[in-house]
Amino acid sequence: MPTDELTYLSLCGMLGYGYPEENLQRAMQANPAFIAADNGSTDPGPYYLGSGTGFVRPEQIRRDLELALVAARQANIPLIIGSAGGAGAAPHLAAFRKILLEIAQCHGLRFRLATIPADVDKADVLQALDAGRISPCGPVPPLTAERVRSCSHLVGQMGTGPIIQALRGGADVVVVGRCCDTAIFAALPMMRGFDPALAMHSAKIAECGTLCATPGGANDSLLITLRRDSFTVRPVAPEKRCLPRTVAAHSLYEQPSPHEFIEPEGTVDLRDATFTAEDKRSVRVSGTRLIPPDVHTVKLEGATRVGYRSITLAGTRDPGVIANLDTIEQAVRTKTRAMMTHMPGADSVRLRFLRYGLDGVSEQAAKLSSLPQEVGLLIDAVADTPELADTAVSLARSTALHQPFDGRKTTAGNLAFPFSPSDFRGGEVYEFAVYHLMEVQDEVALFPVHFEEVGS
Amino acid sequence: MKLYDLADVIRSKNAGPFTLTIDVLFATAEDMDRAVCAPLLAPDAIAKLYDAEPGSIAVHAFREVLALKITMPRAISSGAPADRDVYGSQQHFPLADIDIDIP
Repeated sequence: MPTDELTYLSLCGMLGYGYPEENLQRAMQANPAFIAADNGSTDPGPYYLGSGTGFVRPEQIRRDLELALVAARQANIPLIIGSAGGAGAAPHLAAFRKILLEIAQCHGLRFRLATIPADVDKADVLQALDAGRISPCGPVPPLTAERVRSCSHLVGQMGTGPIIQALRGGADVVVVGRCCDTAIFAALPMMRGFDPALAMHSAKIAECGTLCATPGGANDSLLITLRRDSFTVRPVAPEKRCLPRTVAAHSLYEQPSPHEFIEPEGTVDLRDATFTAEDKRSVRVSGTRLIPPDVHTVKLEGATRVGYRSITLAGTRDPGVIANLDTIEQAVRTKTRAMMTHMPGADSVRLRFLRYGLDGVSEQAAKLSSLPQEVGLLIDAVADTPELADTAVSLARSTALHQPFDGRKTTAGNLAFPFSPSDFRGGEVYEFAVYHLMEVQDEVALFPVHFEEVGS
Repeated sequence: MKLYDLADVIRSKNAGPFTLTIDVLFATAEDMDRAVCAPLLAPDAIAKLYDAEPGSIAVHAFREVLALKITMPRAISSGAPADRDVYGSQQHFPLADIDIDIP
């Protein structure tokens, strides 16, 4: 039988984005049963999964992790970090584990560590593809064997199963590869017998830190108290408040529908959920339902390298240049292509002109009644090799600077470059090649848990 | 009146790397009713505005939280070479510019 009440701490919306230290100390006075935080997302784009690097700097992780690890060990409660290292593939997990072990050594900490890799074998995915057990997750191009093979890293978003396995194995610290945000917070409550619907719903709110509070912002701590028939959310920071409206509205965030969300554990149905004020800063939620899935699926994520990038950035405030940007761009494209025809691989060059102040953000051109006083021009080249991208940007830059047009007055130069050197390498460019659901029989078998004793 | 001026919050974000979701939150039910009636907020009108396939746009009204949610496929997946907005955080325009009073 479960205990009647369980409180847990969501450290912040993203480990490494920072949270106030005093709020962690405040939260520990509530005797949480565990501390957890998410460390990953696909939001920063495919590069981080593709390249195996983090979108949060190691020093940021160290700062946020050190405080939480020390607090968790002092209180002897589990610390659970999901999608460790950002994209949650093997190199991300290794980089995160390295920081964790350095902190542990520095503080002389001893604990049982579980790490759960999220990498999925391409052979398994290809087999599932052949067997028709893979479907697109949303408006995604159909998967092909070639796309599977092209991925530098291929991960699956695990649910609660493997994390529960780690906790049952006595883990004090669980470092999870790519996983569902909800799994990080729902695993321990579900293991302790709390209602999976409430555990999942509370986790969905918890994963964004204090984003459900007012004033908003994710980078602060949130306490959740689960009971048999409800849960309560409250921000740790005394100046923040959770209101029924702010908690209910959070169901909209980054979700296609506020009425339900779909996780490996099933569809969490919020239609009958009620949000009531428990006091001025706390909201009690009940009535959430969980509809089990017909088949268990794991969301796969894979990124593939599509080239290398170089850019240059300039500005102009000459009205003649601003009025003639289309003409200049066409001439630059033609001349750059002509100057590169003899170079092998030159047809891989993709040049792009983003005109900030005009239409840099929206593809749909602004309907301006007058032209802006200044325009920022980003020239971007993506090509099969770094050298080709460098060369294309260099040619485009010098051509754009000196390109004539009808009525030109600024005959010494069209553009203001803020830097020398003016051109920059953007490195490898990736795109998401796999974002699909794979039917699986046994999630726990797909994501085996590794245990080790740290500090012994 | 522009939708931008009527809305309490109007924001866009990725819902995964292939989908964009725009939330329009209103301060009052009256404000929401005004927007819901606007012909330019019909799915086909939004599709035209964003050069999207007709039928690919979903518009849902959630009265209990005074919100409209517009979900559409991204023309280019997040962070791919031709993308302009990796997080999808500034794609509430051109929608926010529509005049909700145009019949």
